[in-house]
Amino acid sequence: MSNDVTQTADKTPAEGPETTTGARIYRPLTDIIETEEGVTLVLEMPGVAAEDVDVTLEQRVLTIRGKVRPTQPEKLQLAYAEYGEGDFERAFTLSDDFDPEKIDASVANGVLTLTLPRAAEAKPKKIAVKAS
Amino acid sequence: MLYPFHNRRRDPFALMQSVLGDFDRIAPTRGQPVFPAVNVWQGDEAVAITAELPGIDPADIDISVKGNVLTLSGERKAPEVPEGARWHRNERGYGKFSRTVRLPFAASDDTVEARVANGVLRIVVGRPEEDKPRKIEIKAA
Repeated sequence: MSNDVTQTADKTPAEGPETTTGARIYRPLTDIIETEEGVTLVLEMPGVAAEDVDVTLEQRVLTIRGKVRPTQPEKLQLAYAEYGEGDFERAFTLSDDFDPEKIDASVANGVLTLTLPRAAEAKPKKIAVKAS
Repeated sequence: MLYPFHNRRRDPFALMQSVLGDFDRIAPTRGQPVFPAVNVWQGDEAVAITAELPGIDPADIDISVKGNVLTLSGERKAPEVPEGARWHRNERGYGKFSRTVRLPFAASDDTVEARVANGVLRIVVGRPEEDKPRKIEIKAA
């Protein structure tokens, strides 16, 4: 075994205002898949329980926040760290055609899945251009 | 960086090798970063290893201990995507992974306990009785 420092995948800190406590806020890694029915967002938020996830949609901006429950094994001290722990936050600007009432969110194994169905009335409308 | 040439005049490749050696030292580790990142916790009674494994079913995680080497392996399965779907972003990674951690003592299987909560794995390895430090009493002469 070597004494080289192992390079692990880095967690990206979120851009934006700092926290008052100085704690880090991370940007969850996200997969976004579009289907006929709508858009599915898959966000990695390890350490976040379902009840600690906060999803809001305001002025077309979808904001996802997750509060981490820190891991602290009893009577043990951190001896070597490759990753940091902190809350997760990320925001996306959506197009207008999603129904905020129908957004479905579920958490499994630290992964949040958001399903945004396309609004029925948002089906493309053709506007006839009249010649004057 | 200076490459003194005068003492290597006899070997035309020495300079090149020395430059390449320096380059290897400076260049960051090549290849894929290691997954998962682990944190190691230490105490008098036990050692704990925590790792973030989001999206991995606990049934797909394999932990084995042999002597003082703990191996953590498994597979992160790619999500099933319906026909005709379009990917806008793909930041998450998928596939098989394996990591080995050297423990400060040899552990037996029955002292290892693993638990997964919200995608965070925590392995606690108990320190065997014979490995614990013993207090030596000082006798009065």
